[in-house]
Amino acid sequence: MMFTFNRRQALTISVGALAAATLGTWIGPAHAANDAQDLIKKFTGGKQPTQGKIRLDLPEIAENGNTVPMSLSVESPMTEQSHVTDVLVVADGNPRAGVATFHFSPASGVAEANTRIRLAETQNVIAVAKMNDGSYYMASKQVKVTIGGCGG
Amino acid sequence: MSVKPRIKLDKKEAKKGDLVEVKALTSHVMETGLRKDSKGSVIPRRILNKFVCTVNGKEVFAADFEPAISANPYIQFKFKAQESGPVVLTWTDDDGSKIVGEEKITVS
Repeated sequence: MMFTFNRRQALTISVGALAAATLGTWIGPAHAANDAQDLIKKFTGGKQPTQGKIRLDLPEIAENGNTVPMSLSVESPMTEQSHVTDVLVVADGNPRAGVATFHFSPASGVAEANTRIRLAETQNVIAVAKMNDGSYYMASKQVKVTIGGCGG
Repeated sequence: MSVKPRIKLDKKEAKKGDLVEVKALTSHVMETGLRKDSKGSVIPRRILNKFVCTVNGKEVFAADFEPAISANPYIQFKFKAQESGPVVLTWTDDDGSKIVGEEKITVS
């Protein structure tokens, strides 16, 4: 299920209270306490990344937030002329937003990485890719977490 | 440290230009530094914060890990086969110690 409708459509669609609550946290900067946006700004040097080019795969629903499989790939020929240099991954609902930064080069052949991450609660995972020409791309994916992965 | 990471290459022999997939798993607590013990004192952070893979001495992939990486970190990535040589994977701990694993790739 993708949350691609805007606020007006969201209000007209009679969704349940739970869905509405989820959407509310998704649209608004409800996770402002987290440093996700700051990390992205720092990574891009203030530039606004363009949507696209990144495929970010995470489960829709993660039963165990302690190990959520994440797979990421960025479209790029990965040649000396045009390649992905770094990819920043942040989670906007964790106590600390940083998840990982991957470093690629033409020697990587392809900009792909899989790992397992911790998610404290239902939130968005955001990936920002930096290209060697200085452009930035981003993608995000919401994951619903049943049991959080950062608790004591 | 005597931890031995598990590393798997999808092929041991490759043609020049082939993509080789690497899967690696190492055991580590990846303590976040946010949890508290039964007495309420914070358990200090201890994670593997850096991962590097080199093939024949040249870096092909690297990653910086944050506490949001799961315990016993798993990493999967690819590299382009260019020359034969050792494939060395190195994880660096917060305390400076290193976990190192090695495989070989033959490129024809």
